[in-house]
Amino acid sequence: MSATGYNFAYLDPQTKRMLRRALLKAVAIPGYQVPFGSREMPLPYGWGTGGIQVTAAVLGRDDVLKVIDQGSDDTVNAVNIRRFFARTADVATTDRTAEATVIQTRHRIPEAPLAEGQIMVYQVPQPEPMRRLEPREAVTRTLHALADYGFMHVKLYEDIARYGHIATTYDYPVMVNGRYLMSPSPIPKFDNPKLNRSPALQLFGAGREKRVYAVPPYTRVESLDFDDHPFSVQRWDAPCALCGADDSFLDEVVLDDAGGRMFVCSDSEYCTSRQHAGHTGPASNNMASARLGRGPASS
Amino acid sequence: MYVAVKGGETAILNASALLAQARRGDPAVAEIDTAQIAGQLRLGVARVMAEGSLYDEELAALALKQAAGDQVEAIFLLRAYRTTLPRFGYTVPLDTARMAVRRRISATFKELPGGQVLGPTYDYTQRLLDFSLLAEGGAPDAVPGVEPLPDTLPRGTDLLGEEGLIEPELPLPGDPAPTDLSREPLGFPADRATRLQNLARGDEGFLLAMGYSTQRGYSHTHPFAGEIRMGEVALEVVPEELGFAIGIGGITVTECQMVNQFAGSASTPPQFTRGYGLAFGEAERKTMAMALVDRALRCAELGEDAASPAQQAEFVLSHSDNVEAGGFVQHLKLPHYVDFQSELELVRRMRAEAAQPQAAEEQTA
Repeated sequence: MSATGYNFAYLDPQTKRMLRRALLKAVAIPGYQVPFGSREMPLPYGWGTGGIQVTAAVLGRDDVLKVIDQGSDDTVNAVNIRRFFARTADVATTDRTAEATVIQTRHRIPEAPLAEGQIMVYQVPQPEPMRRLEPREAVTRTLHALADYGFMHVKLYEDIARYGHIATTYDYPVMVNGRYLMSPSPIPKFDNPKLNRSPALQLFGAGREKRVYAVPPYTRVESLDFDDHPFSVQRWDAPCALCGADDSFLDEVVLDDAGGRMFVCSDSEYCTSRQHAGHTGPASNNMASARLGRGPASS
Repeated sequence: MYVAVKGGETAILNASALLAQARRGDPAVAEIDTAQIAGQLRLGVARVMAEGSLYDEELAALALKQAAGDQVEAIFLLRAYRTTLPRFGYTVPLDTARMAVRRRISATFKELPGGQVLGPTYDYTQRLLDFSLLAEGGAPDAVPGVEPLPDTLPRGTDLLGEEGLIEPELPLPGDPAPTDLSREPLGFPADRATRLQNLARGDEGFLLAMGYSTQRGYSHTHPFAGEIRMGEVALEVVPEELGFAIGIGGITVTECQMVNQFAGSASTPPQFTRGYGLAFGEAERKTMAMALVDRALRCAELGEDAASPAQQAEFVLSHSDNVEAGGFVQHLKLPHYVDFQSELELVRRMRAEAAQPQAAEEQTA
């Protein structure tokens, strides 16, 4: 299946070396955005080119790769990126979080806990957490150098004053190792606590913006908040309709045009494993689960 | 539901098959070949080469064929191929004064050494649809003999230079090697060589709009087309083992030198300043727009206020690349339902809270 005429994992060895150097620097300075010579990839900018370059730089022949988008292994973009590496690197792929050595993700962290030795690779559209507050890169770099994050605290305060809540629900800013303000990529804030002191190495790649950054294993990652408005994550009123999980991020599935709704795990592998283990939810065995293709019978 | 359902891989393969079918069109009509595209759609090919940053007519024609004529898609295809190519080295700087000129015009001097040469231009064609091209037109009439041009034509702007009326264009002290934007990230502030590199592969439509904006009052730079020339230039490299330059071929380029008014300052007497544009192939509109934008971006160096969009380097340079822009605008069609779910939950909660005081008021009333 591997594509002939291209290097292992597509990138040439010099490019991989450049990327690994940038990644080493990123690991040495947790949360700091390291500029790198991002290459044009055969997938469009904004579709995971940063994550793909990072994965290509760290992938070895014995690695087992998992790719998810919105928590699912089966979304078209995840399928496409997994096919890309199956073609260019001929590595084993899996949808089991526990079996994977490298997990490339867009917008989610798997529900199953990560372990030492695993590498999470995040696709990042906008690495600069303050970009919407200050569009000029020359200015935001200075603010990082001075650790001057007043902008962001004022923004969060204004949210509370105006809406009664911090109105950021995904890509919720975090402080890494008490030093750098960092975008966790557009994961829901539900996933933010999983970043903190994770045993896995977490690498972030922004291809279009030409930056990589990292959170080494067991690094302190705190979501910004205030004493009287502590950080909190989303909660749902009901458990997953298919597997009964009450600890996972749920997607709303529209069942009909008469207001019918169902909430199911966004992490499709977590949901399927729970169903295999005999867990059931309120909508198990109905038509909807068959349509979702997540029932034990269809997988 | 399309994302949640298994079978994404089959869907992707089917979509590719449909695309191939749509690209080929009616099989009863002869298939277009890349030599026809390169030979008869040369301006389309030139744009793909320029913004794809790869001078290869055959591959650019292939990209256009594969992209069914979509230039930005073709540019993307060529860039993605280009990135896999090894880098052998760098040529010595092109000498456009030694260009084998096919077109050369100046709007600032009626007569100049070597003369005005219109060459193959649409400029004075009176844009009437030529219905004879609907049928096979056959070979066009032979061009009457023209005098051969001299090997070296001085640039129109050099004539001003002799009198010191235009700023000299000299290498920076130490002649530092320019940044290679295809290998290194764009940083700010960006020097002029880096900016020009960015503009040379920037989207023609974007540069046209930015350049146009400078003519409509958003940082007026009083431009004159000092000289536009198009033709073939030699490429030379200096192999380490030889130590002298050898020719390795030639490429077609278009160059535009814009002459702009500048009042002068305490340290500089009044003189004309320059804006510069250069692109692969016949690309006059692009290089003229590029020269306008280049001049506007020199505002800091010339002590001008940077009040307009075309003067703001971060704004212009960060948004000029159509492969970056096209990818990111279109990534919005990827699933975003996790982010959207997060927003939905917050909006519902805030709406519920907003409704509560109302309900309380109604009860007391």
